[in-house]
Amino acid sequence: MYSHDVVIVGSGLAGLRAAMELAGHLDVAVVTKVYPSRSHSGAAQGGVAAALGNMDGDTPEAHLYDTVKGSDFLADQDAAEILTSDAIRTIYEMEHFGCPFSRTPENKIAQRAFGGHSYQRACYSADRTGHALLHTLFEQTYRQGGNIQIYSEWYMLRLIVEEGIARGIVAMDIQTGRIEVFRAKTVLFATGGYGRAYKITSNAFANTGDGISAAYRAGIPLMDMEFVQFHPTGLYQHGILLSEAARGEGGYLLNGNGERFMQKYAPSKMELGPRDIVSRSEQTEINEGRGAGPNKDYVYLDLRHLGREKIMERLPQVYHLAKDFIGVDAAEAPVPIQPTAHYSMGGIPADKDCQVLLDEKGNKVTGFYAAGECSCISVHGANRLGTNSLLDALVFGRRAGKSILAATEGASFAPVDEKKELAAARREIDSLLHNGATEDLHAIREELKETMTLKVGVYRNGEQMKEAHGTIKELQARFVNVRVDDRRKNFNTNLLEALELGHMLEYSELIVAGAEVRTESRGAHARDDYPTRDDENWLAHTLAFRKDDGGYELKYKPVTITRFKPVERTY
Amino acid sequence: MTATNVTFKVFRFDPEKDTEGRYQDYTLAVAPGETILNCVNRIKWEQDQTLAHRFSCGSAICGSCAMKINGHATLVCKTQAMDKVKDGVIRIDPIGNLKPLRDLVVDLTPFWKSFEKVEPWLAPDAHSAPEKERLQTPEQFAKIDNSTTCIMCAACFSDCNVLEVDKRYYGPATLAKAHRFIFDSRDARTEARLRKVTEETGVWDCTHCGECSTRCPTETKPLARINEIRQAAMKAGMHDTSGARHVLGFRETVGKRGLLDENYVPIRSVGFFNLAGLLSLAPVGLRMLARGKNPPFIPHSIEKAGEVRAIFAKREELNK
Ligand SMILES: Cc1cc2nc3c(=O)[nH]c(=O)nc-3n(C[C@H](O)[C@H](O)[C@H](O)COP(=O)(O)OP(=O)(O)OC[C@H]3O[C@@H](n4cnc5c(N)ncnc54)[C@H](O)[C@@H]3O)c2cc1C
Ligand code: SF4
Ligand code: SF4
Repeated sequence: MYSHDVVIVGSGLAGLRAAMELAGHLDVAVVTKVYPSRSHSGAAQGGVAAALGNMDGDTPEAHLYDTVKGSDFLADQDAAEILTSDAIRTIYEMEHFGCPFSRTPENKIAQRAFGGHSYQRACYSADRTGHALLHTLFEQTYRQGGNIQIYSEWYMLRLIVEEGIARGIVAMDIQTGRIEVFRAKTVLFATGGYGRAYKITSNAFANTGDGISAAYRAGIPLMDMEFVQFHPTGLYQHGILLSEAARGEGGYLLNGNGERFMQKYAPSKMELGPRDIVSRSEQTEINEGRGAGPNKDYVYLDLRHLGREKIMERLPQVYHLAKDFIGVDAAEAPVPIQPTAHYSMGGIPADKDCQVLLDEKGNKVTGFYAAGECSCISVHGANRLGTNSLLDALVFGRRAGKSILAATEGASFAPVDEKKELAAARREIDSLLHNGATEDLHAIREELKETMTLKVGVYRNGEQMKEAHGTIKELQARFVNVRVDDRRKNFNTNLLEALELGHMLEYSELIVAGAEVRTESRGAHARDDYPTRDDENWLAHTLAFRKDDGGYELKYKPVTITRFKPVERTY
Repeated sequence: MTATNVTFKVFRFDPEKDTEGRYQDYTLAVAPGETILNCVNRIKWEQDQTLAHRFSCGSAICGSCAMKINGHATLVCKTQAMDKVKDGVIRIDPIGNLKPLRDLVVDLTPFWKSFEKVEPWLAPDAHSAPEKERLQTPEQFAKIDNSTTCIMCAACFSDCNVLEVDKRYYGPATLAKAHRFIFDSRDARTEARLRKVTEETGVWDCTHCGECSTRCPTETKPLARINEIRQAAMKAGMHDTSGARHVLGFRETVGKRGLLDENYVPIRSVGFFNLAGLLSLAPVGLRMLARGKNPPFIPHSIEKAGEVRAIFAKREELNK
């Protein structure tokens, strides 16, 4: 058994930023299934929001209002206010740590426009902002040396919670297959999002939402799972993200007839409307037969008018992705795109200090915290604005570190039944290695992802979701006999993929469940059978509880509204 | 737009039962536009679940999926399979200069540890702690624009010729990381950093083979960064290192004879009286010789030696 004051699961921006806050004060370990620099935070391209006002008269208040409006008024406004008022300090801090930011002619941090933001607010490092931030924090872990113990390529299998107290985790060393209990006074989950449940997605293969369903299995409810954001500019058929910066820098969206169709849907913001609206506009164009290509199933991102030089200077990554992955030279031809599953608004419910909630009444789990995309605090409500999530991971990663420090100093280890925990972890693994072995892992996963993209995607309706729910139930049943051929202990990625699929099947049902019941359209949750927002009945957060028989139960909790009364959201 | 049958010769190795690796063939119908990562994933998912490899983002930013394709390190998620087919075959090996753990997975520990040598974090002047951002001109940012694109994929580490013979060498990615701070206008330790990377096993040990830059999937292009560091060190007057003496020796020999006597240069660079240094050259030299990488002992004459001498003479004159 390993023992650390604090065990952080996840080494993206949220996990590493929290670790820095604790390093030197407490014995802190970071457990991560990929090496820190491989975490998905590194894939973020466009920028990180803060009202620095380097380009215009931006203010934190304006940032707050944009965030709340963007969330379709489902964000908890007290939490959103922390996000936006701490933003400026956060960016300066990252700059001081060494983050290379692009600069203005006045030598300040450069900022650009982004969907749903009313000022030029996105601080950026060319079009690899997440990479720049993540590597900056990774550099700081070298500086911390032994103060942060990093367990890279360790897979968290279970969260240990008993009697409302978190006691540690069980994890497997991927390189050897060894399973260990990590005892901890405090556990922080920073395990990222769950977009991999979709076929067309911008998310890394690692974004299988393990932390979210591990918490659920340990008796913690999940919040607002039905809210999944679709990004308007996924590379056709790949889903790989072409940064929103492409539109921020002036790129056009064209339908198959060559029309700038955003004219119809968001005449004032045009291409820079918020993501949910732009994605739906694209889907409407495609559904109504105005798509491009032989199957009319995509639209275009047109950068040609920007000129090769500007494209290469400002959007080099966008250019190379289009070139390397589908062979299109963006300076000469428009790039085929389609909406892609991108960000998970839902997740592990936590309060403003990142402590995890046990129920709708506000009771908390002792010693358990969550930050970053796996958490639902909820600053993004029904729809996150681009560039607000890197910020979220940094602001609340630090904040989690601070609250953990206060709560853990002087605390003692709660007892852990090591044998029982190891046995439970082994049982799960054995059930994957020793079963009827009649079902193909890849086939189940593909069917799940296809179902989610087609039936719980950009547009939803009751009938399709009912079908999807049935399919997921069926897949869960088939999964009991999933075939895992690899019997080796070391680097058994076959087993890992099966474990991940188990998580995906578990929480995907909650995405559908929350979406089916929510008979309204709000933010990223758009139903063609209930096309309007219904504040009277649905201005509320969903909480999905796991029942002992394996089923679930949905409950609701009110939204915190401090400054802005919900109004209709138009752009 | 039809699929083509391709044979993938994939390196397999399991330390629990194999003493050495072997190749296993898989045939796959490769669609136009398909990346190699996609093919390897399909092999695992459709044909053989026991194949182990690393990958994550699938969009050339996380750096997980470097493998050797037909003998050269390549980031496979951004590489079109059809571009690499030779006589109907693509050969896939784990990246080099690192110990294979299983199949295409290697032990990256030496790679990660190599960064410790260059203290890879910004060390600004402690006395100036501005309230807002530190100012940096767009031109100053441009100097670190390339070296900060490194995704730590280790493709360069894999194919570096010097690392093959001398594990103590800093390695291309680590030197690029050093570059990122040496050329960062906000860093206050420029001189100390330069001293460090010009010591033994640092920038001067690079043989200029250019493999790293050819393999690098980003704009980091380590050889170019190594050259920038070398120039900065020479400019800063750091002539008292074996590498700098090598450059001076280079200038001397080319200046005198109009050609590079590579057997003379290494000796000049450790200094004629540094016996221990001379001996330390022997193993590397002998190993390079064994691999056919040593320069010929008899300096061959080149046609335009006279012109080369004249260029050097002119430069010397201008320098005066
Ligand atoms: C392509 C793309 C572009 C984006 N662009 C932007 C942008 O421009 N601006 C913006 O604000 N946001 C952007 N986002 C969103 C943003 O990047 C993420 O929300 C944010 O980085 C999440 O950070 P995180 O620290 O919560 O998680 P991540 O960085 O995803 O890290 C998750 C960590 O959890 C670990 N982990 C997960 N499961 C386990 C397990 N079972 N065992 C051990 N470890 C585990 C992983 O190893 C990893 O280290 C983008 C997202 C994508 C997909
Ligand atoms: S150019 Fe230098 S660093 Fe690059 S591979 Fe060759 S020897 Fe190694
Ligand atoms: S320098 Fe290039 S090849 Fe080397 S690790 Fe960085 S990105 Fe990879």
